[in-house]
Amino acid sequence: MSENKIYGINGPVVTIQGETDLSMLETVFVGNSRLIGEVIGLKKDLTTIQVYEETTGLTVGEPIYSTGAPMQVALGPGLLGNIFDGIQRPLPAIEKKFGAFIGRGAQFFALDAEKKYDVTLCVQAGDRVSGGDVYATCPETSAVTHRVMIPPDKSGVIAEVRGNGQYTVNETVAVLKTDAGEEIPLTLVQHWAIRTPRPIKKRLPAVKPLITGQRVIDTVFPIAKGGAAAIPGGFGTGKTMTQHQLAKWCDADIIIYVGCGERGNEMTQVLQEFSELTDPRTGKPLLERTVLIANTSNMPVAAREASIYTGITLAEYYRDMGYHTALMADSTSRWAEALREISGRLEEMPADEGFPAYLPSRLSEFYERSGYVENLNGTDGSVTLIGAVSPQGSDFSEPVTQNTKRFTRCFWALDKSLAYARHYPAINWNLSYSEYIGDLSNWYRDAVSPDFMKYRDELCALLSEENSLMEIVKLIGADVLPDDQKLIIEIARVIRVGFLQQNAFHADDTFVPLEKQFKMMHVILHLYHRAKEVVARQVPISKLLATGLFDKLVKMKYDVPNNNLGLLDDYLQEIDTVMDGILR
Amino acid sequence: MMMKHLKLNGVNGSLATLDGVKNAAAEEIVELHLGDGTSRTGRVVKIDGDEVNIQVFEGTRGMSMANTETVFTGRPMDIALSPEILGRVFDGLGRPIDGLGDVYPVEKRDVNGAPINPVSREYPRNFIQTGISSIDALATLIRGQKLPIFSGSGMKHNELAVQIVRQSSIADGDDFAIVFAAMGVKNDVAHYFRSSFEEANVMDRVVMLLNLANDPIVERIMTPRCALTIAEYLAFTLHKHVLVVLTDMTSYAEALREFSGSKGEIPGRKGFPGYLYSDLASLYERAGMIAGVEGSVTQIPILTMPNDDITHPIPDLTGYITEGQIVLDRDLDYKGIYPPVSVLPSLSRLMKDGIGEGYTRDDHSALANQLLATYAKVQDAKALASVIGEDELSAEDKLLMSFGRAFEAEFLNQSFTENRSIGETLDLGWSLLSMLPRNMLDRVDDAILDAHYVVGVQK
Repeated sequence: MSENKIYGINGPVVTIQGETDLSMLETVFVGNSRLIGEVIGLKKDLTTIQVYEETTGLTVGEPIYSTGAPMQVALGPGLLGNIFDGIQRPLPAIEKKFGAFIGRGAQFFALDAEKKYDVTLCVQAGDRVSGGDVYATCPETSAVTHRVMIPPDKSGVIAEVRGNGQYTVNETVAVLKTDAGEEIPLTLVQHWAIRTPRPIKKRLPAVKPLITGQRVIDTVFPIAKGGAAAIPGGFGTGKTMTQHQLAKWCDADIIIYVGCGERGNEMTQVLQEFSELTDPRTGKPLLERTVLIANTSNMPVAAREASIYTGITLAEYYRDMGYHTALMADSTSRWAEALREISGRLEEMPADEGFPAYLPSRLSEFYERSGYVENLNGTDGSVTLIGAVSPQGSDFSEPVTQNTKRFTRCFWALDKSLAYARHYPAINWNLSYSEYIGDLSNWYRDAVSPDFMKYRDELCALLSEENSLMEIVKLIGADVLPDDQKLIIEIARVIRVGFLQQNAFHADDTFVPLEKQFKMMHVILHLYHRAKEVVARQVPISKLLATGLFDKLVKMKYDVPNNNLGLLDDYLQEIDTVMDGILR
Repeated sequence: MMMKHLKLNGVNGSLATLDGVKNAAAEEIVELHLGDGTSRTGRVVKIDGDEVNIQVFEGTRGMSMANTETVFTGRPMDIALSPEILGRVFDGLGRPIDGLGDVYPVEKRDVNGAPINPVSREYPRNFIQTGISSIDALATLIRGQKLPIFSGSGMKHNELAVQIVRQSSIADGDDFAIVFAAMGVKNDVAHYFRSSFEEANVMDRVVMLLNLANDPIVERIMTPRCALTIAEYLAFTLHKHVLVVLTDMTSYAEALREFSGSKGEIPGRKGFPGYLYSDLASLYERAGMIAGVEGSVTQIPILTMPNDDITHPIPDLTGYITEGQIVLDRDLDYKGIYPPVSVLPSLSRLMKDGIGEGYTRDDHSALANQLLATYAKVQDAKALASVIGEDELSAEDKLLMSFGRAFEAEFLNQSFTENRSIGETLDLGWSLLSMLPRNMLDRVDDAILDAHYVVGVQK
């Protein structure tokens, strides 16, 4: 074997001259300081490697070591509650070794090799097992049970089982004898290449919503478990804030939060906040169901490219156990830019705005890893993908937004003017859409109310009517409108301020159960129907406004606590009493 | 081992090419000795086998292929640091230009720095009172934040920056320091900052790095890196609260573009290199605080938006990295309002956790929300008034118009020397809001209104 030596260096891209025995996407160690890299191009006389760390000081002629394996992650207990960089190196371990500033050339095992888990075996010697079968369980955190599975590409007969008890992740708990007669020790860890989707038995239709507690999402633009959504928005429109809200409150079992090329302080905030906040469903800290991946904007760009794949592989792993997982990627634009940056260094032919021509196929590969599936072991699980997009110049026609739109079925467009008016979440109801409405309507009918979709459609119709009326108002003022149209404008204001807008910092309003969402919608529409009746009898709208009902409804989100929804029925009664009084 | 290489292979813009080099290291610093006895500094930017591309900091004017001798130093760009750098003036590469001689180094550091581990960061929460109402109330500056000023040529961003620096540093007592990095600004601007620091009697706490408009462009690429290395040293080694003013980031990004072009790189939007985001991030992300370490780096980068266009790549990418932005508005500036802060697009992302009870006042967030929501409605009313005339507006819109005028004249507008306390600012906000009837204040709950709504102001 010829020894591989560095020939050229250009930013994070390193080349080797001459023929090598390296294979495509193989992980390599570059230079004397053993920086981590990956082979991304093979030519007869030139091998190209992208380096996941800063290349300053690397010298021509330094050796390159092959590992024989593609970039992979370690999967096992100890992922939850931890925070990793883009190539699954645990940041706390990096801190221990280098201090507050991240150093280079260190390899770490991703999981805590010392910690002992309370393992319960669920197979016996002689059992026939195949990929995906659970052979042991252990409580990973107080909130989540980890199910240790046979790697998807292995099968055979259990030859030996150790007893239940305390094990570290690398200790053997059972031995698998494959049909070829090979004996494989089973520990609590398996490895998987990040760019290969983990296999499943089959895809199932996505017919259950991911409940987020955010009214504009759950009611107006819902997303299915196993769906994919894009949140595009210029800076300051609240992409990150929305992602945080979803990560905190959505009803997935496991959250993978990928901070891809974003701010360091934001990741610190997530880390602190999630360890303080409790999950309303388990009563345990949110961090116990969360894995954080932080490759901030100033960390090496190649690792940023990998972080998305690291994240999705972890999500798939927990899905295989039968969990519903949700992956928040903030932001996929930074990932696309990392692709562009590396593509530029490789002097590839650029397509739109300098992005490589394979941008759409990479995006579709990524988003297609979402889904509601039947796993190899027969359980159901899902991966929901929610990707933030940071369009250049807030222009949604740029390539990343446009291509993302093609591969996601939910589009939550964040709007600058809403954000300027501090209307959060700044999801623009005229630009956003959800294609899951049809798939989910049966669920809403059965689980919430048969009227849910009817009300939702009426709400949207009112908003869209307001939108066209506003065109007129902008030209000639609201005074000239007839009273029934003024009523639409007034009720749309109640919907916008009282319903769509939601205060993430208010104890009750930050997460709103579906039942409350439905009842609030009911109260607002009830007011509209009764008011319409009154206006039709030539009562001036000013008289209606003077009742204060409209303003009262705007504040009902604060005035009705989530645990006392009966109060909303009083609103219905009050509306009836007041309207009857006017008509009498 | 110091190897000398005679001759060059080619010169293009600020880039020199050399071949036959063995063992060059990425980012290594080289010295180029010219035939006339002068020497220049350069940095290895690309290695292809034995061919090396060198970025020459002082520019390549007068260099010839034949008479240049190149020496590879084998170390990356570093800068000498010691507590004595306070009060000194350096050029864009960190070399003293104040005639006081070299800095005796206690320590030398690579100017590229290293990313702060997100786990080691301390989430910034401490409010900095700038004494400027629009910023304190609506886009609060937090210690350890990076909060840029988006301005345009001819607007008063320099005055604003000086006022922020002057008024915010007072509260810090002895523990503050200022690092000022000028990139491609005019000599007058540098002089203005310098004399302002002198007037405020803080010059012995200031480190200045000057790469003026007529200084070499390539040095400009290193200027903010030197400045931030100094700032990190002052903050995390000497435990000071450091305020870094970087002006003008637009010149910096343009220098980067020029340099990228001469390297023959594939351009992204508006000719800027595809890595502009990562490059800017490697600067802005050097703001922050470290858990368990006294000291902080707060950044106030200033950039002039070309043609006042906020979607231009420089402000656009900056806004995606920094924790908010303060946007100046030309219309307000024409109206004579100082500081001309356009409060709707301005934002501080760290504000939500650094205000309220225990930090500023419990009603702060409610007031800020309501002021902005109302002022956004004022804009709608203004737009309508420009079509149908103010007389034709509804009673509510007329109220909004008069609120808008009062807000601009009394709240936004203040003098260059006026230092308002946060209490004064918040009370002023409430008294302005009280011009409107209570039911128009729909962002605030009743308890807060009861406590702060001023009865009798309403028109």
